Amino acid sequence: MAYALQQLINGLTLGAMYGLIAIGYTMVYGIIGMINFAHGDIFMVSAFIAVTAFTILAAADVTSIPLALTFVLIVSIFFTSAYGWAVERTAYRPLRGSTRLAPLISAIGMSIFLQNSVQLTQGARVKPIPPVLEGGIVLWDAPGFTVQIGWSQMLIIVTTVILMTAFTWMITQTPFGRQQRACEQDRTMASLLGVNVDRTISFTFMLGAALAAVAGVMVTVYYGVVDFFIGFLAGIKAFTAAVLGGIGSLPGAMLGGLLIGLIESFWAAYLWAEYKDVATFGILCLVLMLRPSGLLGRPEVEKV
Amino acid sequence: MSAVVFARHAMTPAERLRDAGWVAFVGLILGIPLVGLTTVDVGGRLGVETRFGLLAAAIAAVFAGRLLLRWAIDQARERKQARDRASTATAADRAHGAQRVVNVLGWVALGASIALPIVFSDNRYVVDTATTVLIYVMLGWGLNVVVGLAGLLDLGYVAFYAVGAYSYALLSTQFGWSFWEALPVSGAMAATFGILLGYPILRLRGDYLAIVTLGFGEIIRIILVNWTEFSNGPNGISSIPRPSFFGLDFTRSAPEGSQTFSGFFGLEFSPMHRLIFLYYLILVLALLTHAFVSRLRKLPVGRAWEALREDEIACQAMGMNTTNIKLSAFAIGAMLGGFAGVFFAARQGFISPESFTFTESAIILAIVVLGGMGSQMGVVLAATLLVLIPEFGRNFAEYRMLLFGLAMVLIMVWRPGGLLAHREPTVRLNALGKTTTTGGTAR
Repeated sequence: MAYALQQLINGLTLGAMYGLIAIGYTMVYGIIGMINFAHGDIFMVSAFIAVTAFTILAAADVTSIPLALTFVLIVSIFFTSAYGWAVERTAYRPLRGSTRLAPLISAIGMSIFLQNSVQLTQGARVKPIPPVLEGGIVLWDAPGFTVQIGWSQMLIIVTTVILMTAFTWMITQTPFGRQQRACEQDRTMASLLGVNVDRTISFTFMLGAALAAVAGVMVTVYYGVVDFFIGFLAGIKAFTAAVLGGIGSLPGAMLGGLLIGLIESFWAAYLWAEYKDVATFGILCLVLMLRPSGLLGRPEVEKV
Repeated sequence: MSAVVFARHAMTPAERLRDAGWVAFVGLILGIPLVGLTTVDVGGRLGVETRFGLLAAAIAAVFAGRLLLRWAIDQARERKQARDRASTATAADRAHGAQRVVNVLGWVALGASIALPIVFSDNRYVVDTATTVLIYVMLGWGLNVVVGLAGLLDLGYVAFYAVGAYSYALLSTQFGWSFWEALPVSGAMAATFGILLGYPILRLRGDYLAIVTLGFGEIIRIILVNWTEFSNGPNGISSIPRPSFFGLDFTRSAPEGSQTFSGFFGLEFSPMHRLIFLYYLILVLALLTHAFVSRLRKLPVGRAWEALREDEIACQAMGMNTTNIKLSAFAIGAMLGGFAGVFFAARQGFISPESFTFTESAIILAIVVLGGMGSQMGVVLAATLLVLIPEFGRNFAEYRMLLFGLAMVLIMVWRPGGLLAHREPTVRLNALGKTTTTGGTAR
């Protein structure tokens, strides 16, 4: 029981991070109908930026943890959004209105490019940082097993909840959100009604990258190690989360992320840890086969 | 949206400078965290190292490159307009001329590939590299059936390559099967996997399919790594028997009751014999693949693939069974990948899950895409380029994947159809309603 509770906490933490990345996939899919394959690598870039920022802070002897976290978050969000913008501008915008496969292949190329440029410029070795947030609260001191929620886990869950609230408000209440939803429904009509479609799409990419940047910082804080290959698996899992929740649906992405995180940690805890990635891929296949529109998605009608 | 097309005037020098300056500024922002700063290991802890010199050089290069690119694009556009005004040749004529060049190129490549081991009969390195090129050509042709002809994006093609390789490795080391016995069985095994995977998922649309196939490729690899009793895990399978020439081994001395290749033909033993034999073996396999695929393109099933690629909904409306058509493309592609895998295992003598990562799938896909989807000759061109470029400069090798990725993006942006792009259906109706076949032989 205590063990299961601990897995629940771990799963929620993991799921919150997947959910943050999944929103980037789902928004981009909603607005231009393509899988942004490079999104996982954008997340990886943000984790590297966070490592560099933390190291700079350590060198500058900054000891206040809230200050350090705020600084790292701002820096990482700024640079990562720039990456999101640049990727869209160079690799996807010229291909708008082209065949369906062309942007996907371009995205795969972009993903390989980002991965290898980080490997070349930052080195292929794993980057460890000293632990930022240690310790936590003991929730339940059961005999033989102590259930604990770490400060970093708490940080991740709380940040995600705050961000999700802010984000939902932004999409439903602000002019940008209205434009974004308009473009999602009908890009031509939106442009006729004076919405700057190009700018809206660019901004969507930046927003997705910013959320991925938050996830990148959180991963750095939580695991303390980063390498250039983390984007691939994280990206696939977040994409699975987006599909599970119903691609194009924002609450769906969050729900899917949480489910994937929970499934993964329970699978690893009770079944075979080495096959936990197989479980994710298996779920992806099953969902796509049985319910392609996901849990909260609308079924898509293809028009000629 | 591409609904609105702006008339572009040629840029003034000031505009060019401003444009390049803007690009350099973006490059600066992107460059600071990755190029300008890096973390290095200083006595067990990380320390920050600045490389602003390198960053400045990179930004200068970006600035100059952008100026040059903008200029080159404008020049090319002007020249194209002038040519379009001057020439009376239609697009169809030009495509026809290009097709002839490609055909001639195909015959030249065939002649060169047959002559290569004779010319370089004592150069181990050249024959080895050429064999690698041919493996990729064969893989590319196999994947071309799935991606190029049927238009199904398969990101887990390497799974079938792995199934072929492991089938042969296990059949030969566990049950003592020979190469020629195992080849068809392994191919069938890969095709079966293709059908098993394909049946449930082929209803999915393009990009979903891509992700599921990617997942499948990873599942196969994870199973190969973790199921140690079956595949010997990450250590792989070693001492896989080499193929023999109609029962003649390529060894110095033959076991009791059989003969060696050199002994039978009265030649002096040389390790090159086996390499040259392997080279011709993969050449024959590749040519058979090519002949097979070219024939298929003219059969109803091949036409159905191309029709499906062009418009799936129209195909359904015409009463075609899209699932079966996709499944046949998937199974045939998988089978060809399986054959290539068997050859790979037989040539290396050792296989491990390391050889079957997503990167490998991406390379094969890059070959198909760069060559021009559906173009047989393009695959040869791209495979040769992608294998040879890193071979030419060894210190270039670490940039290989970087350039791969960059080339994939740039070629997609520049020519969304690939280098030898030419998505002409093999068969089309002409104005009179008579069926004509346009050169589908050496593409």
